[in-house]
Amino acid sequence: MKKFDKERLLLAVAGPVIALVVAVALTSVVLLASGKNPFEPYTLMFEQATFSDIQVLIINQASLYYIAALAVAVGFRMNLFNIGVDGQYQLAAMMAAIVGAHAALPAVLQVPLLILTAVLTGAFWAGIAGVLKVTRGVSEVVATIMLNAIATSVIAYLWLPSVFGVKVGNNNTTGEMHKSGWVPGIDVGDAGEIYGLVILAVLLGIGYWVVLNRTRFGFDLRASGASESAAAASGVNPKRMVLTAMLVSGGMAGLAGLPILLGDTHTYSLNFPTGIGFLGIGIALLGRNSPTGIAFAALLWAWLDKASPELDFHGYDKEIAVIMQGLIVIAVVVSYEAVREWGLRRQQRRVGAELAAGNVLGATSDNNTTKEVAGR
Amino acid sequence: MTAVELAGITKRFPGVVANHDIHLSVRKGTVHALVGENGAGKSTLMKILYGMQKPDEGTIAVNGEQVTFSSPADAIVRGIGMVHQHFMLADNLTVLENVVLGSEKLHGIGSKARRTILDLSKRYGLGVRPDVLVEELGVADRQRVEILKVLYRGARILILDEPTAVLVPQEVDALFDNLRELKAEGLSVIFISHKLGEVLSVADDITVIRRGTTVGTAVPSETTPRQLAELMVGSELPTPETSESTVTDKPVIEVEDLTVLSADSVSTGKGSASLLMDQVERGAVRLVLDHVSFTIHAGEVMGIAGVEGNGQTELIDALIGLKNADAGVIRFTGDDITSWSTRKRREQGIGYIPEDRHRHGLLLESPLWENRILGHVTERPNAKGIWLDIKGAQEDTRRIVEAYDVRTPSIDVTAASLSGGNQQKLIVGREMSHKPRFLIAAHPTRGVDVGAQAAIWDLIRAARREGLAVLLISADLDELIGLSDTLRVIYNGKLVADADPATITPEELGSAMTGAASGHLENEELAEQVELAEQAESPAQTPADAPEDEAR
Repeated sequence: MKKFDKERLLLAVAGPVIALVVAVALTSVVLLASGKNPFEPYTLMFEQATFSDIQVLIINQASLYYIAALAVAVGFRMNLFNIGVDGQYQLAAMMAAIVGAHAALPAVLQVPLLILTAVLTGAFWAGIAGVLKVTRGVSEVVATIMLNAIATSVIAYLWLPSVFGVKVGNNNTTGEMHKSGWVPGIDVGDAGEIYGLVILAVLLGIGYWVVLNRTRFGFDLRASGASESAAAASGVNPKRMVLTAMLVSGGMAGLAGLPILLGDTHTYSLNFPTGIGFLGIGIALLGRNSPTGIAFAALLWAWLDKASPELDFHGYDKEIAVIMQGLIVIAVVVSYEAVREWGLRRQQRRVGAELAAGNVLGATSDNNTTKEVAGR
Repeated sequence: MTAVELAGITKRFPGVVANHDIHLSVRKGTVHALVGENGAGKSTLMKILYGMQKPDEGTIAVNGEQVTFSSPADAIVRGIGMVHQHFMLADNLTVLENVVLGSEKLHGIGSKARRTILDLSKRYGLGVRPDVLVEELGVADRQRVEILKVLYRGARILILDEPTAVLVPQEVDALFDNLRELKAEGLSVIFISHKLGEVLSVADDITVIRRGTTVGTAVPSETTPRQLAELMVGSELPTPETSESTVTDKPVIEVEDLTVLSADSVSTGKGSASLLMDQVERGAVRLVLDHVSFTIHAGEVMGIAGVEGNGQTELIDALIGLKNADAGVIRFTGDDITSWSTRKRREQGIGYIPEDRHRHGLLLESPLWENRILGHVTERPNAKGIWLDIKGAQEDTRRIVEAYDVRTPSIDVTAASLSGGNQQKLIVGREMSHKPRFLIAAHPTRGVDVGAQAAIWDLIRAARREGLAVLLISADLDELIGLSDTLRVIYNGKLVADADPATITPEELGSAMTGAASGHLENEELAEQVELAEQAESPAQTPADAPEDEAR
C-alpha cells in the first residue's frame, strides 16, 4: 500500500510549502506598503547564495541552528516545550570554554572532554526544569524561561575577572582555549573554512533519527508525545520519560555553541552569538521535528541571516529577513495544523472508500464487507 | 397523521454512502424506534432530520409539509428537538440557567422562565428542580434536564439518541414512563437504540436500518428480540453455547483490601498510613476504592457490575499499575505485584483492554503497526534488545488484521481512520497475541458492531477455556451475565454484592448497582427453574444466553 506512504510525503511537504508561500506573499505586501519593489530583495538574496564565501557562512551558521533546533525537537516529540535551549547552550559553551582554557590534554582527549562538559552542563541546566516538573508539577515552559534569565546572571558572574573572566580591552572573555581543544575546519580555499564540528551536527541528526525511529526508547518517547495517557497505559513511566527527555534535550542544546567555539572564537566572549536557542524553536517548527526537515529549515534561516546584509547596499532594510522569519513561524503553525486535520480527515474518508470498495487487507474476495463509516 | 415523513433519503460522504434510500414515517403521538447496529447510519439519518447534515437526495416532511433544513435552528423552528447521547450541559450552572441558555428570548431568564419550566416539568412528570446545580445531579436527572431543554424550545418531535446507554434498568423504566407521558400529550418521539428488549417494551413502531438503508419495519407486539436482531444483522445470529464452567482452583490474581484514595488528594507516600486514615476519618480524603478483595482463578471470568464512577476506573488503574495502591496487596500467580510498574505487569502477562480505547489503547494518529507495538514495545515480535523490530511488528500486524478480521485497506493507515469496532478488534488481537494469563477487559464491546461483539465474546471464551483469568467490567448487564462465571457489584468503591450469573436477572443486578441491595443476590424462583432445567438437561431460560438479544 504505497499510496498511503506517498500521501504522507505529500502532507509532510504541503505544510512547509504553504507556509513559505504565505510568508513570502506577506513579506511582499510589507515591501509594497513601504513603497519598495516587492520582488527585488528576493533576487538579491538568491544571488548572494551563489557566492561560495556566503555559502560557507550559511553552512557554519546553519550548524549552530541545526543542533539547537534538534534539541528543541526532542522536547516537541514528547510534548515538552524546552524554551531554555538558549540558556542551556550559552552556559554550556561558557563552561566548555573555561574547561578548555584551564585543562590541557592532548587533542584526542581534550575535544571529547569539552564536548562532554557542554553536554553535561546543558543537561544539568535543563534537568533542573525536568526535576521541578516531575516532583512539583512546575510547567517546563515557565521553568526554562526562568532558567534562561538565571543563566545570563551566572554567565555574568563567571565573567568576573576574580572568577574565570579575562578582560580583553572592553570585552569580557574566558581567556583563550588551549590549542589542543581547537577543532580544525574543512578548508575550502578562498571561500574560508567550514567548522569541523559541522560533522557533529550531521551525526546528531542521524543519531536523532535512529534513536527516535528505531529504538524502544524512541518509541516510548514518541508515544508519550502522541498521547500521554496511552503511553502511560502502555507502560511508560511518564515522570521518568519527562526527566529523560529534558536531559537529552538539554544535552543536545549544550552542543549548539560548540561548532563556533571550537572552530572559530576559541573563547566565550561578549561577541558569542546569542539567541540561537530561540531561533531553534522556529526552525524545529518549520522542520516538523524531522532531522531532514530541520536541516532544510536551518539552511533557510542561515541563508536569510547571511544574505540579508547585502540588502542594505541596495536601499532595502535588512530587517526584511527578520520580518520574513517571523511570518514563516506564524504561517507554519497555522498551516501545519490545517494540513494535519485535513490529512486525517482525508485518510478517514479514503479508508472508508477503500473498505466500501471491498479493498480489505487479507480478505479473500469477500465482497460482503460492511460499509462502516470511519468513526472516531 | 404523520409527524415526520422521510422519503428516499440518500447521503453520500466521499467514498462512502452513509444513507441510501431511507424511508421513515413517524405517526403523531407515538414512540418510534430506530434500531440498527453501530455504523448502520442511524446517527447520520438523525443529523439530517435535525438539520446538521443536508441529504443529497430525498425529502423531509414535517406535519405533512415539505421542508429543507440548513441548520438545527431551522429544525427547532419546526418543532424538532434532539437529546444527544452525550449531555450538553454546563455543570456549574443551575438547571434553570441551563434550560434558558441560548433561548433567553423565549421566556426571559427570570420568574417567567421558571414558571414555564415548572409547568413543563409537571405536565410531563419530569420532576425537575430548577435551582439545583447540574453538577449535583445524577445521570438520569441530567437526561431529564436535556429533555426539558428541548421541550422548552417548543419541540413537538423529540429525537433521543441512545438515551438508555447510561441508565440502570430502574432509571430506564422511569424514562419510559416519561416518554409515555409525552406520547399521551400528543408529542412524537424518535427513539434510537440497539437494546432490543427496551425497544420492544416502549416503541409503537420500529424501523430497522442496516448498512445505511431501511430494511424493514416491525410491530412490537408481533416481534421477538431475536427476530429483530436478525433483521438488524441480516443473518441468523450465532447462538452462544451454554458455557460449561472452566473455572479451576488455581488463583491467578488475588486482591486483598485494595484501597485507593481520590486522585485530588495529595499523595502522602508510604509509611504514613495512620496519618492517612486520620484524613479519611476527617473526610479530607475520599476512598475511591475501599478495601476491595477478590480472587480470580485460571479459566474464570469475574464480572463487575456497577454504575459508572463507582470505582471501576480506579480498580482497573490499580490493577494495571497506573495508580498506586494506597493500601492492600495485589498478587499475580503468587507474586506480590503491588509495587510493579505497568510495563513489568504487562510483560509478565497482564493483558489490558482499556475502557477508553482512544485515551488508553491507541495512538490515533499513528499507523496501525505502531499501535500494534504500543504496550508491548519490549516484547517480541516488536523488539530485539533495545532496537525495534519494525519488520517483525509489521508482519505481526498483518497477521492480527487477518486473524481478528480488522477491516482496513492497509496497516499503514492511522488508527483514527478505522471504525470503533475495528479499532477494538485490533486492540483485542494485540493483547491476545501476547498470551496473557490475566486479562482486564473494560467494556470490551462498547461501541462495537454486532459482528465484532460476537467475535470478541468468542475470543474471551476461547481464552478462558485455555486458562485465562478475566476481569470483565461492563455497563452492559446482559454481557456481564452472559460471559461471567462470578459476578460482583461495585458501589461507592466497595464490592457490595455478589451474584451467580446463572440465576440473576438484570433488574436485580440493577437494584444492587444503585446500592439498594447488598450481600448475596439470589432469585429464588429463577434458581429453582434453573435447577429443574438442569435436571432436565435443557436450560430453558438461562440468562446465560442473554447476549444474543443484545445485538449491537
